[in-house]
Amino acid sequence: MIKHQYEVIVVGAGGAGLMAALYASRTAQTAVLSKLYPTRSHTGAAQGGVGAALGNVEEDHPEWHTFDTVKGSDYLGDQDAIEFMCTEAVQAVYELEHMGLPFSRTPEGRIAQRPFGGHTNNVTGKPVPRACYAADRTGHMILQTLYQQCIKNHVEFFDEFQVVDLIISNGAAAGVVALQLSSGEFHIFHAKAVIFATGGHGRIWEITSNAYAYTGDGLAITLRRGIPAEDMEFFQFHPTGIYKLGILITEGVRGEGGILFNDTGERFMERYAPHVKDLASRDVISRAMYTEMKEGRGIGGQRYMYLDVRPETVNKYAALDGRKRPDGSQYQVTADEILSKLPDIADFCRVYLGVDPITQPMPVQPTAHYTMGGLPTNKFGEVVIDPQNTVMPGFYAAGEVACVSVHGANRLGTNSLLDLLVFGKHAGLRAAEFVKGASFQPLPADAPDFALQQFDRLLHNPGGERAAALSREMKSLMFDLVGIFRTAEGMEQALVKIRQLRQRFQNVTVDDNGKVFNTDLLNAWELGNLLDLAEVVTVCALNRTESRGGHARDDFPKRDDVNWLKHTLAWKTDSEIKLDYKPVILTKFMPKERVY
Amino acid sequence: MQISLKVFRFNPEKDKRPHYDTFKLEAQPTDRVLDMLEDVKGFQDGTLSFRRSCAHGVCGSDAMRINGRNYLACKVLLRDLGAKKITVEPLMGLRVIKDLIVDMEPFFTHYRSVMPYLVNEDTPPAGERLQSPEERERFDDTTKCILCACCTTACPSFWANEQYVGPAAIVAAHRFIFDSRDQAAGERLRILNDQFGVYRCHTIFNCTVACPREIEITRAIGEVKQAIATGRLD
Repeated sequence: MIKHQYEVIVVGAGGAGLMAALYASRTAQTAVLSKLYPTRSHTGAAQGGVGAALGNVEEDHPEWHTFDTVKGSDYLGDQDAIEFMCTEAVQAVYELEHMGLPFSRTPEGRIAQRPFGGHTNNVTGKPVPRACYAADRTGHMILQTLYQQCIKNHVEFFDEFQVVDLIISNGAAAGVVALQLSSGEFHIFHAKAVIFATGGHGRIWEITSNAYAYTGDGLAITLRRGIPAEDMEFFQFHPTGIYKLGILITEGVRGEGGILFNDTGERFMERYAPHVKDLASRDVISRAMYTEMKEGRGIGGQRYMYLDVRPETVNKYAALDGRKRPDGSQYQVTADEILSKLPDIADFCRVYLGVDPITQPMPVQPTAHYTMGGLPTNKFGEVVIDPQNTVMPGFYAAGEVACVSVHGANRLGTNSLLDLLVFGKHAGLRAAEFVKGASFQPLPADAPDFALQQFDRLLHNPGGERAAALSREMKSLMFDLVGIFRTAEGMEQALVKIRQLRQRFQNVTVDDNGKVFNTDLLNAWELGNLLDLAEVVTVCALNRTESRGGHARDDFPKRDDVNWLKHTLAWKTDSEIKLDYKPVILTKFMPKERVY
Repeated sequence: MQISLKVFRFNPEKDKRPHYDTFKLEAQPTDRVLDMLEDVKGFQDGTLSFRRSCAHGVCGSDAMRINGRNYLACKVLLRDLGAKKITVEPLMGLRVIKDLIVDMEPFFTHYRSVMPYLVNEDTPPAGERLQSPEERERFDDTTKCILCACCTTACPSFWANEQYVGPAAIVAAHRFIFDSRDQAAGERLRILNDQFGVYRCHTIFNCTVACPREIEITRAIGEVKQAIATGRLD
């Protein structure tokens, strides 16, 4: 067993991990472990923008951003953390620009901004351009820029190292166990502080915008180690995924004036969100689309709608809405403008659909997109492990794996990139500060054993079940039964099936018994993670007998603040999933009805 | 329809030399080559090894040679290939580790060698540095690079000598050389004026054809050559 020692270990090299590494490495000896080459991380797939109230195009204020985020969260977000994030946002975006991020620019040379769902002028209620963007590849630019800065600052990386366990000693994080993919060797990384930035678990669902690598590894590891997960019932379905493939079509399309239509050619969002229409919050639009499809108004009776960004459509509806340019003139676009602002979207449509979005509408359906729940943390990125928010020493989390909670029951578009910047940075700073006064916890003698057992069993299992077959069953039943609309009956059925799949997982056999790049073994282990999390998601969703944000129940269609204005905490034991709750932090905004 | 997928195989723990395996499978014209590889791995032969992640052409993991040309496996559809027999092989010019997985370290070493990061020693303003849309447009094309290595491993000059920094690294340098906010163009141009720098490019255009992001790579390399020759960045 190869041993390494660093003061800070960062797990994951997406936006949150790289931010944490940049800040931690300023004063602490730091290494980053990533299952992928850093630039392959899923942050790179983010398209539309990062939210910050710069006010470059129209009047805007961090206070408005704060309120919009609270409302978007369906009042389940912790308001102290949301205010912190939205206030820090402005500086975070300037800092990215200083690092070299090539933002698109306004005619005055400032960072360009576009409208996004749920972001409003709090006085008029109209959409406000708050998403700072670099064409439709903002996440790509963030990931590249942060990695470039890591190179400049000589941050140390262990690429293609899969972290498989968290080492805990005396109740504190003491390191990680990792599998080096190229050699099949296990390594121990002894550390004073560990930062998990391992991303979400959107691969649980059949139609998903998430990368293959998005298998919830970090959260599955910590649940096995007795650390709770928060608000697991809340998962976001993005309204506009490419039909059947789930590939994301950014909300920026609607920010630029794109409109959703049903089979009758009706702009149906007018009925569901009369004020902001196609720029309502994602949960609201996904549900509206599902309702339309259920009532037979999907295109040709199928399970998709049209997203139309043809210039003639954009211009017609912009005129009807009275949308103006900042100089007061009528909002009008040309095909060239659309293409220059949404080049990647045009490319995706041509490659995967054979559709040119300048002349044809795009077939879209809701797609699994974002994990609102996750490792409970405070606003400094410290992991907190009980209803009293007790900090676990030396353990930090940031980005999609974490639940601060700034997104509550539903995340606003552009706030994921913001979340990973702000909390990645603070987790890194906090960890670096912590290690100054801390000593290394002793490594338990059996530190690698738990992970080794899991892999050993998978390698030598004669059971004959194929991981890929189990994975297919899980994804389809989770999409149908624990998806956009949920019922007790459906979820109970799902839970029975998920538990059967977990049983069958004990009999999974891998074909590959080698050591070098055994991706067969890795995929099987990842499936185990997804199955564990699918069960937790379902138990939490079944337990919450209300509808709030991304958690919509046909049998409990209303939000219930009397009984459910609280976060769920879930612990996994050998035999069951144990639940408890903690209060939502309210500061300035009392819950009220959420209409768009 | 039924597809025949012929795949380059090499397992360093078992094989002395590489060989090919052919798999038969059902596929739709709209399936990605990656979907076919996943299908084979999931249901026929789990030992088949390749990298992948985003599956829609933005992460750069699954660059490989498909019917003799570099593509991202997730960005080429069966219908694009217009064939029922598909041959999949690892990228050329990088050491094969296993099956379709190559050693990317030399590629990233070249990338790191060209100072691929913004250098600006001035104290930044409180807000953003200003940059006009025209200045921003100047280097837009080369910001699209996802470091998949399709270009570098399609380049005969790189095949001939792996010390050549390669098109991807020059693209990375170009992205900063022509950024109005950057102050290290001179140093990058000096690096690329080396014997294994930009003049190894003989304008064969393989890189441009191979780029899944449609970056005009040969043109970018030409602009860097011109900047070295003239000492001007216009």
